[in-house]
Amino acid sequence: MDRIDFQQLKSGEVNLGTSIMAVQFSNGVVIGADSRTTTGSYIANRVTDKLTHVHDRVYCCRSGSAADTQAIADIVHYYLQMATQTTGERPSVHTAASVFQKLCYENKDGLSAGIIVAGWDKEVGPSVYNIPLGGGLFRQPWAIGGSGSTYVYGYCDATYQDGWGRDQTVEFVKNTLALAMARDGSSGGTIRMCVITEEGVERLFIPGNELPQFWSGSEVLAAPKTKVVLDPQVAPMVVE
Amino acid sequence: MTSIGTGYDLSASTYSPDGRIFQVEYANKAVENSGTAIGLKVKDGVVLAVEKLVHSKLLVPGANRRIQTVDRHIGLATAGLPADARTVGNRARDEASSHRDFYRAPPTLKTIVDRIGQFVQVYTLYSSVRPFGISTIMGAVDKDGPSLYVIEPSGVFYGYHGAAVGKGRQLAKTELEKLKLSELTAREAVIEAARIIYLVHEDAKEKQFELEMSWIGSETNGVHVPVPQDLFDEAESKAKEALVSGFE
Repeated sequence: MDRIDFQQLKSGEVNLGTSIMAVQFSNGVVIGADSRTTTGSYIANRVTDKLTHVHDRVYCCRSGSAADTQAIADIVHYYLQMATQTTGERPSVHTAASVFQKLCYENKDGLSAGIIVAGWDKEVGPSVYNIPLGGGLFRQPWAIGGSGSTYVYGYCDATYQDGWGRDQTVEFVKNTLALAMARDGSSGGTIRMCVITEEGVERLFIPGNELPQFWSGSEVLAAPKTKVVLDPQVAPMVVE
Repeated sequence: MTSIGTGYDLSASTYSPDGRIFQVEYANKAVENSGTAIGLKVKDGVVLAVEKLVHSKLLVPGANRRIQTVDRHIGLATAGLPADARTVGNRARDEASSHRDFYRAPPTLKTIVDRIGQFVQVYTLYSSVRPFGISTIMGAVDKDGPSLYVIEPSGVFYGYHGAAVGKGRQLAKTELEKLKLSELTAREAVIEAARIIYLVHEDAKEKQFELEMSWIGSETNGVHVPVPQDLFDEAESKAKEALVSGFE
């Protein structure tokens, strides 16, 4: 085929081989991301901020090409500022997500971007929208994305429940991301989270040495289950 | 108008020495010669009503409607040149559909009125064009509830509880002021609207007229539709009754 394969990153292009996540709860949303940015096997940035502001109460989690998703977020940020000036009120999360979706869908051949839009608005309260690679738009109670997300779908399905409060939701996001980062080679570093409510946006940071710990294997793989006790009657051989 | 014929009224792009644009004022005259159009914003909706003067008995009933639909939830009634009304109505529909396309959400009436205000205003700037000879009443029920605006030929627009444009606007306004609009239901407002249109119609001077009414409210599920026939008939007969008892 003479078509250029845009799915592949250009050599040297910075990738957000990522673990990102957003979960809505009773009066807000919690969004989170790892902090790893890679070019191939090299970690270009180990404290990246993938939680990007697009309006007062609307953020997005970016995955895919760093350049593409930064550019899209900038454009959406511009449109939302314009909308705010013309309507005199804050745009809804749905409005923001629709603009993201339009850009992602209409330029799907040239973009590598998987974005989760989340925030709070006065029409519907908290909401989470997922915009995966082709440029679809899906409202979900929770969404995960990036290469790391594939390892933790089961965990999320088994764990998530409706009606959580802020603290439970933060724990869920933190644990999910830690698990994804532990299995995904392109994810890692630290966890960044934001809690978005009517009152404001609160940022949370979990350093790399304070990530939640899970089962991480035994020290020696083939170690015997019980300790071998030597017979005291048997005298050690004298070594000359 | 004292300065008629002094040459300052030949173009919308020329001010008179005292700072007026005569072409815009003439456009207002076109509105004043038209049958009355009114709009009522009430607690659960909006009602639009028009006194459509029928200039020929040969016309099919219901022809040349003066109430248009802009979007599912937005209606528009005009007084003035019917052809200009179509242009503004088409533009309003374009604005509404492009808003839906971009934001995947219905526009608020305010956003549409804002755009139409700009559109109309531009026609007061150039010598090559003529200002619109219409005043437009726009009503809607959107996420902020019922709302009602009037856009004038100059491009200015104001929000109203009750609005009246066209020939009988003065009398219609005094009638609207007597109503407790924010306490009325849309159904009650339809009765009042019909009564006002029948009241302001000058039977002796004018030829025949057709009453045209539409509404948006909780009863229509927030959709702009013509008033249903049974309610229309009820409103019309009550309007005629009120007219007879009013003369006693």
